[in-house]
Amino acid sequence: MVWFFFIFIFIFTGKSKEAEIKRINKELANIRSKFKGDKALDGYSKKKYVCKLLFIFLLGHDIDFGHMEAVNLLSSNKYTEKQIGYLFISVLVNSNSDLIRLINNGLKNDLASRNPTYMNLALHCVANVGSREMAEAFAADIPRVLVAGDTMDSVKQSAALCLLRLNRTSPDLVPMGEWTARVVHLLNDQHLGVVTAATSLITTLAQKSPDDFKTAVSLAIARLSRIVTSASIDLQDYTYYFVAAPWLSVKLLRLLQCYPPPEDGALRGRLTECLETILNKAQEPPKSKKVQHSNAKNAVLFEAISLIIHHDSEPTLLVRACNQLGQFLQHRETNLRYLALESMCTLASSEFSHEAVKTHIETVINALKTERDVSVRQRAVDLLYAMCDRSNAKQIVAEMLSYLENADYSIREEIVLKVAILAEKYAVDYTWYVDTILNLIRLAGDYVSEEVWYRVIQIVINRDDVQGYAAKTVFEALQAPACHENLVKVGGYILGEFGNLIAGDSRSSPLVQFQLLHSKFHLCSVPTRALLLSSYIKFINLFPEVKATIQEVLRSDSQLRNADVELQQRAVEYLRLSCIASTDILATVLEEMPPFPERESSILAKLKRKKGPGVLPNIDDVRQEREKERSLNGSLDDGSDAASKTPFLAPCAPPPPSVLSAGTMTSLYPTADLLGPTAPPPSGGASLLVDVFSDSLSAVAHAPLDMSPASGPMSDDNFSRFICKNNGVLFENQLLQIGLKSEYRQNLGRIYVFFGNKTSTQFLHFTSTLNIHTKPAEATVDAGAQVQQIINIECISDFTDAPALDIHFRYGGTLQSFVVKLPVMLNKFFQPTEMVSQDFFQRWKQLGAPQQEVQKIFKAQHAMDTEVTKAKIIGFGTALLDGVDPNPTNFVGAGVIHTKNTQMYRLTLRTSRDTVSQRLSDLLSEQF
Amino acid sequence: MQFMLLFSRQGKLRLQKWYVPLSDKERKKISRDLVQTILARKPKMCSFLEWRDLKIVYKRYASLYFCCAVEDQDNELITLEIIHRYVELLDKYFGSVCELDIIFNFEKAYFILDEFLLGGRPRRRPRRMC
Repeated sequence: MVWFFFIFIFIFTGKSKEAEIKRINKELANIRSKFKGDKALDGYSKKKYVCKLLFIFLLGHDIDFGHMEAVNLLSSNKYTEKQIGYLFISVLVNSNSDLIRLINNGLKNDLASRNPTYMNLALHCVANVGSREMAEAFAADIPRVLVAGDTMDSVKQSAALCLLRLNRTSPDLVPMGEWTARVVHLLNDQHLGVVTAATSLITTLAQKSPDDFKTAVSLAIARLSRIVTSASIDLQDYTYYFVAAPWLSVKLLRLLQCYPPPEDGALRGRLTECLETILNKAQEPPKSKKVQHSNAKNAVLFEAISLIIHHDSEPTLLVRACNQLGQFLQHRETNLRYLALESMCTLASSEFSHEAVKTHIETVINALKTERDVSVRQRAVDLLYAMCDRSNAKQIVAEMLSYLENADYSIREEIVLKVAILAEKYAVDYTWYVDTILNLIRLAGDYVSEEVWYRVIQIVINRDDVQGYAAKTVFEALQAPACHENLVKVGGYILGEFGNLIAGDSRSSPLVQFQLLHSKFHLCSVPTRALLLSSYIKFINLFPEVKATIQEVLRSDSQLRNADVELQQRAVEYLRLSCIASTDILATVLEEMPPFPERESSILAKLKRKKGPGVLPNIDDVRQEREKERSLNGSLDDGSDAASKTPFLAPCAPPPPSVLSAGTMTSLYPTADLLGPTAPPPSGGASLLVDVFSDSLSAVAHAPLDMSPASGPMSDDNFSRFICKNNGVLFENQLLQIGLKSEYRQNLGRIYVFFGNKTSTQFLHFTSTLNIHTKPAEATVDAGAQVQQIINIECISDFTDAPALDIHFRYGGTLQSFVVKLPVMLNKFFQPTEMVSQDFFQRWKQLGAPQQEVQKIFKAQHAMDTEVTKAKIIGFGTALLDGVDPNPTNFVGAGVIHTKNTQMYRLTLRTSRDTVSQRLSDLLSEQF
Repeated sequence: MQFMLLFSRQGKLRLQKWYVPLSDKERKKISRDLVQTILARKPKMCSFLEWRDLKIVYKRYASLYFCCAVEDQDNELITLEIIHRYVELLDKYFGSVCELDIIFNFEKAYFILDEFLLGGRPRRRPRRMC
């Protein structure tokens, strides 16, 4: 066309943008005058100018006129003029409501014209625009066109695809009706084009209402079988580079993925046969060297593998699929390697092929190291994550860590999350877990999100066997001259909690620990500094000997007059607290953190969020399910989703300023925010320190000596944990979590029992009775809420059995009841007694009667670690006497048990080179 | 398929076809981001990539990039062949097609695409254009 010449000239000779705009404006003015001109334009010139406008629009300029002329073109009876009109409309008219009625009118005429070419144009236009207005106008007509007997094949195809489009943009407007049954029969159509279009449509509709299209399964399998087994010449028109109807095959396989494997045996056999044939064909030598041939063939193959994975029922097919993908892993085509990694990722979640996938681990690790394309490496990471299980976790985590050092920045955070999850999920010994996470922080500290370091602390707090090791490791890691701030946070927190476990060693004495932490202080951001201040005050509690040093630091101007209000407040309050509070109060306020309730790992939640609705979530779910079945560490990652906010030390939440205002006991409770949101609500605890010791308690339970064991199923899985601890989770199932916080002083004890409702519905008629006394808990527990019950205990005489708590409630109509043993043991009434060597041996000798001594020699169940042993002895309730026994491998403890009868028992226990464990406590208590 | 873009090595869009309703602003942003992402990739890299929650399939023919965005469950290889088929069709029509053909006969390129793909699905082997 002539005008292209002009445009050609100005585009390719025009030097500047301005020149182009100038030229276009001139052209636009010209067109405008033509449209506005007196004499009516003929069809050809109208088409010409509309086409010019379109061109100018596509060059990126705005067009604000000419719509009317374009709509006029629709009513032309020349094909080329109509075509330009429709093109203009589908490119430029999105929802210009003034014109939509006119356009719809034109479309209606064309649809009713019975001229297949015009009908096609109209259907294209509806499909391309797909606006709601059009859907409203045509959604009812198009199904009729689709199933009418006299419709031409080409129009049927367009109608099917047009309906598909409308169904996607406004599904509510497409009526389902008797036409649906007839659409299914289009799968039998002679014309393969119609079948292809119909398959697409049915696949989409079947996702919405699978039952309506069930009959499509058998037809699709029959169709597929005919294509797969036919010699390619049979389908001349639809053979693409020697592959028979690849598009249709892919679509049929897609459609079958909307349904479970067919139940009918014959049908199922036929489908299996098809899938086998497709897998066989992959082994045949290629019929053409062209990449199109292999692409088309493999497209069908990959879709078939997707179907096999979807059915997940034929082990032989799954393993064959896996082997086929294994071949592709080393293919020279990057595309195939990428797809093989991707498919294998889903294959890894099937129990039949998980092992087969694992055999490719070396290849995948190699891919991680050598692939030049980051998106392929990303797939390799995904696959490693998916194929990881207990047997190969160490290897995979190590490989991921070493990859992390040079990983692409865009995927680092994801890898960090994955490593953290795998390390936690498959940790056999938790020292490995701690090492891995610290390594992670060292290698990629910037990408370690809050969730990751929260989680490591949760785990360390919940596992007493790893606390000493964790303290030692962070202490060593902090020695590095430059360490990441996240490491300082973890280090500060862990040393603050468990620094005492390594304080025995002179190289990590309290003062050294403190100085080490403080050397990092000035390099850190405000939240970290706030956290460190909390660690310091915990140090004051743990190590009275560094109190003066720490107070000195808190008192310095840089703290007390810090510009940051949070830091200043913490410094002031902690300083005051350390000055006015007695050791007892300090010990209560700054007590070790109670274990966190076990729930879904916040990291996992984060990874899911990050992945969004897209790629992998269902695999994770499936895997998780399976993990639970295998009862690995399932408990660590099930439960509610609320774990993401776990501000243990609440580094950003300032303690309310009331600490300063009064010296009352209640004012200390704001510090309870150290316990985080999982800890008991302060409302109940506020009176704790006062009440525990008063004698005028309303509901003191006089724990009898001979409590008969309660009937019914006893839950005492967590019971033994409480021998050396006072706080924690006593019982947990899917519905209910029971937490415990207890306090003992001489012969009195008070237990706070917290019943947490983990479900989303209310518990009704909730009763919880002790077999000896009752102070009723509230009768309803709201969804997600927690209620508290207080139990007071007095030890009258010595005893062996623990009281049992009977719990009954209605949940969703069914009565639930179980019995939980309360961890009240004799050793809880220990009063630590400090004495010097001479006194000790004097008393020791007084208790010389043979029946008064128990000695037991047993094999250590855990590693023999001095610090752990010490912690256990102290937790047991006795005082640890250093320097009494000249042999450092002997531990000496002393304590007094108070009972109401004021019979004094002096228990002095001697154990030779062992860990003081639960077994001994059983034996001990029986003797009294 | 969600959309198809054709753009040159200089990043200039030559053809765009959207099968999802999006505002002009979103369209511009998506094409700008995507063109940058793809142009930054090296020739030997694989033709698929994850981009937001879509799968992108692209291929370069001479100076033109053909790029399709498909949904998660769609087949990548067959999409690659859709692109190739489209190029073959253009080639047949124009007789060894080049970028200029598409610039100056954009309406033909659109018509061929419409004949071939409807609502983002391949439809049939197009008849000879009139």
